Amino acid sequence: MTDYVVSVIIENKPGISDPEGDTILNDLVLKGKNRNIKKIHSGTILKFLISEKNEKTAKDKVMKICDEMRIYNPLVSKITATVGNVNRC
Amino acid sequence: MKVGVIVFPGSNCDRDMYHVLTDVFNLKAKFFWHEKNLPKNIDAVVLPGGFSYGDRLRAGVIAANSPIISDIKKMAEKGIPILGVCNGFQILVEAGLLPGVLLKNESLNFMCEWTNLIVKNNKTPFTNKLKLNQKIPIPIANGEGRYYVDKKTLNRLKINNQIVFSYENKVNGSVSQIAGVCNSDGNVVGMMPHPERAAEKEINQIDHKPSSLIFESLIQTIGVKN
Repeated sequence: MTDYVVSVIIENKPGISDPEGDTILNDLVLKGKNRNIKKIHSGTILKFLISEKNEKTAKDKVMKICDEMRIYNPLVSKITATVGNVNRC
Repeated sequence: MKVGVIVFPGSNCDRDMYHVLTDVFNLKAKFFWHEKNLPKNIDAVVLPGGFSYGDRLRAGVIAANSPIISDIKKMAEKGIPILGVCNGFQILVEAGLLPGVLLKNESLNFMCEWTNLIVKNNKTPFTNKLKLNQKIPIPIANGEGRYYVDKKTLNRLKINNQIVFSYENKVNGSVSQIAGVCNSDGNVVGMMPHPERAAEKEINQIDHKPSSLIFESLIQTIGVKN
C-alpha cells in the first residue's frame, strides 16, 4: 500500500451563478491590466490522504466517498479529482 | 402532545424556539440531542436555526448525516409535522427531505434584516391558519439562504403546490423569490426566515400576529387547545 493525496475540487456547475468568482474578476482582477482574463470560477479544494494499492484505486475510492457522503451537492456542483504522490503535494 | 426540538453542535436558535413553543403557545416541548433517538410519542419536530458544525463543507450537510435524522425521516414518512427554520431548512434539504439547495446569498453577505413573506400555500400543518397571499413581517439571518432548484423541479414544485412562502421583494437571489417549501405530502416544511423571532409583540413592532399563526397552525394540526 502506498500513500496518495487525492485533491478534489468542488465548483459550481455551468449555469449556477458564482458571485464570489464574479466579484474577484470584476472588482479585483479586471481593475488592473488583466483584460485578457475572461472568467474566474471559485471553488473548494479538499485533499484526501489515502493508503491504496495504486493511483486509480485511490481516486476511485475518494470519488465514491464524495458521492456517497454528499461531499458535493450534485444539483449545483461538480467535482474533479487529481491524484498525486504524498511527497509532491 | 409533545414537540421535539432537535439540537446539533452549533444550533443557536434552539432555546428561542423552545421559549416560543412553551412560554408563548403553551406547547410541551423537549430538546433532543442529535446523537439520540426520537421517542415514538412525538407529535411534531422542529429543527431550529444556527450554524450546525460551523457550516463546515456546506451549511447543514454534516448535521444531515446525524443519527437522529433517520428517525426524522421515518416520522416524515408517517406524516408527522416537521419544520426546519434557517439552518434547520438547510439540514432538511441536505437530508433529502425537501427539494432544492440553499446557496450563498447573491451579495455574499450574511443578511440580518426584516423582510416580508407572502403565503403561497396555506394547506400545510404550519400555515393552515394563514390566508393565501397573506403578508408576514419576519426577520432573516443567514449567509446561505439563496434557494435554488432547476427549472424542471421548479415546475414540479409549482404544480404540486410545494412553494409555501416567497419573499415579497428580491432579497438574496432565490429562484422565484422562494423563502420556504414543503415536501410533496406537505407535512415537512422548511423556511429561511425566523418565525420564533417574530411571534411576540415585544420583539415584533410591525405585526406579530402572522408569525403567531405559524405556531397556531401547528396547534390546530396536532389538536392541542391553546
